[in-house]
Amino acid sequence: MSNLTIIPLLIPLTTGALLVFFRNQRIWLRVISLISVFLNVAVSLYLAYQVYHKGIFTLNMGGWAPPYGIVFVADMFAMILVVTTTIIGAACLIYAFATVEEEKERHYFYVFYQFLLVGVIGSFMTGDIFNLFVCFEVMLISSYALIVLGGKKRQLRESLKYLLINIVSSAMFVTSIAYLYGVTGTLNMAHLSVRVAEAGQGGMMTLVAILFLFVFGMKAGLFLFFWLPGSYTVPSPVVTALFGALLTKVGIYAIIRTFTLIFYHDPGITHTFIGILAALTMLLGVIGALAYRDVNRILVYNIVAGVGFIVFGLAIANQSSLEGAIYYLTHDMVAKALLFLLGGIITAAAGTDKLSKMGGMIKEYPLIGWLFLLTTISLVGVPPLSGFIGKLLIVQGGLEGGWYWTTGISLLMSLLVLLSLIRVFLQVFWSDNLHRVKPPQPLKLNAGLVTPVLGLGLLVILIGVCAQWLYPYVSMAAEVLMKPELYIEAVLKE
Amino acid sequence: MKRTDDVVLQTTSQVTVFIIITFSAFLFLAGHNNPGGGFIGGLMSAAALVLLALSYDLKTVKQALPVNFHYMTATGMLIAIFSGMGSFVFDAPFLSQAYDYFDLPLLGNVELATAMVFDLGVYLAVVGVTMTIILSIGEDR
Repeated sequence: MSNLTIIPLLIPLTTGALLVFFRNQRIWLRVISLISVFLNVAVSLYLAYQVYHKGIFTLNMGGWAPPYGIVFVADMFAMILVVTTTIIGAACLIYAFATVEEEKERHYFYVFYQFLLVGVIGSFMTGDIFNLFVCFEVMLISSYALIVLGGKKRQLRESLKYLLINIVSSAMFVTSIAYLYGVTGTLNMAHLSVRVAEAGQGGMMTLVAILFLFVFGMKAGLFLFFWLPGSYTVPSPVVTALFGALLTKVGIYAIIRTFTLIFYHDPGITHTFIGILAALTMLLGVIGALAYRDVNRILVYNIVAGVGFIVFGLAIANQSSLEGAIYYLTHDMVAKALLFLLGGIITAAAGTDKLSKMGGMIKEYPLIGWLFLLTTISLVGVPPLSGFIGKLLIVQGGLEGGWYWTTGISLLMSLLVLLSLIRVFLQVFWSDNLHRVKPPQPLKLNAGLVTPVLGLGLLVILIGVCAQWLYPYVSMAAEVLMKPELYIEAVLKE
Repeated sequence: MKRTDDVVLQTTSQVTVFIIITFSAFLFLAGHNNPGGGFIGGLMSAAALVLLALSYDLKTVKQALPVNFHYMTATGMLIAIFSGMGSFVFDAPFLSQAYDYFDLPLLGNVELATAMVFDLGVYLAVVGVTMTIILSIGEDR
């Protein structure tokens, strides 16, 4: 029982409300948001460190004991993701200072930015499945605002689609929660786990589980990613980076949490199904990444491929594959944020997102070029960069678990991801393109653009190189996923 | 919203607006033990303001109530958050509430609860959000 558990959520929440008063003072908007995000990085690191030494932290809101009250749970898995979220939040914020127009700033860009972080962090930490829905909604409503901010025709069209898709899936989410409540009579996730274990996961529960899988799969872009490429390419690059790094990952988190804590009794049906979806997602994502010829779409389809790979780690569901999934999830959040920030710089510098009109940019922007290559090889999983450990563990787990086919597909996917991104690199940076269109004035790389990408680039290297030091944390997180009783005991102890 | 010159509507709403606002205050105070509370009270107050805007026009409402509703929403949120954080001082979990009975002049023995402060935050946030929505739709032509 510690109030520290709620602080990572309260910092952005308070900041968001506070920033409304500074609507027209740009300096204060920036100073306050900057202090807030860095404070939050520090607090979440401290909390993660405490969790590592003292075990899972819980907080019963208002002193109402679970399963009646709402509980916040800081286990290692949630904390790793919260720390990564706050770091990405900080990096993207600095990038936003350099790229977001004053008009958007006046229309509460930073307010919605903070509320988006509230929703994401809340989703990671809540121990109540209805509260998970609420945090999802906080996140989605902020994302609606961020996606439409700017009000271009294309943005309005795509955000309308995004809105409709998410309203339908939210309605399905509530319906599945209602089914779950009807069968078990509780909404606390730890208590749900106990009830499902007692009553056995019969046909009805498995049906509910599949419903949840569809809902979260829609949010995560697992197989049901048809809405994703359209809506993720319309907002400004920093928003896309934030969405690609955080929003889909919240969906993945929800899948992993529910299928390791609640619906883990019938893996023959649910986990096989998840595995098939993961394999299809990897294949379709990578086909999309190879098929398109504009930078934004190639990068967006790479998100989809990554989602498939992480969820594959869950489908195998043994210790090493879950460790791999957590490791790869963290890596993917950082690397995708970096990739999209770089993509934003590239399209801004070239003045277009069509590959056929770019070329030879390595001369003007050597740093961006090499960072792009670094991200590429890290995403493919070349040691000692961050993607390697996660991939190794998942592949190892897949072979142990007898998932030979899907493991093969995932390795093939790695190669094709390499192909799709290297093609971007070669075309944009190395080719002598005769059709290259140069923008009237070259983009100035100021500190606001370079600092975040350098910082995230460094992180991509560090996550790989310091694997020895990070591994105990990841291993602890995976242990809680493997043994739900640890989570249950921490939540329902009193 | 265009100015309407419906005398019947204007005369009735002059009276009913006060009745609605009084009832919304009653609902707001009745909260946490009986049906009511900040959310419903806030919605009802906002409904009174909307009625005013319909029978006169938005300009009249803005003259009668010169408040920036964006700030009102944010103030409400901050009040609600800080009332929850108050429990940190007493080392109680976030959002813990307390109540006690006090003898107040005129009112007699009254129950005062910290949940009221939280509810006030909710009330302000709801009125602020509802009015922001109505005003921005109403102004849009």
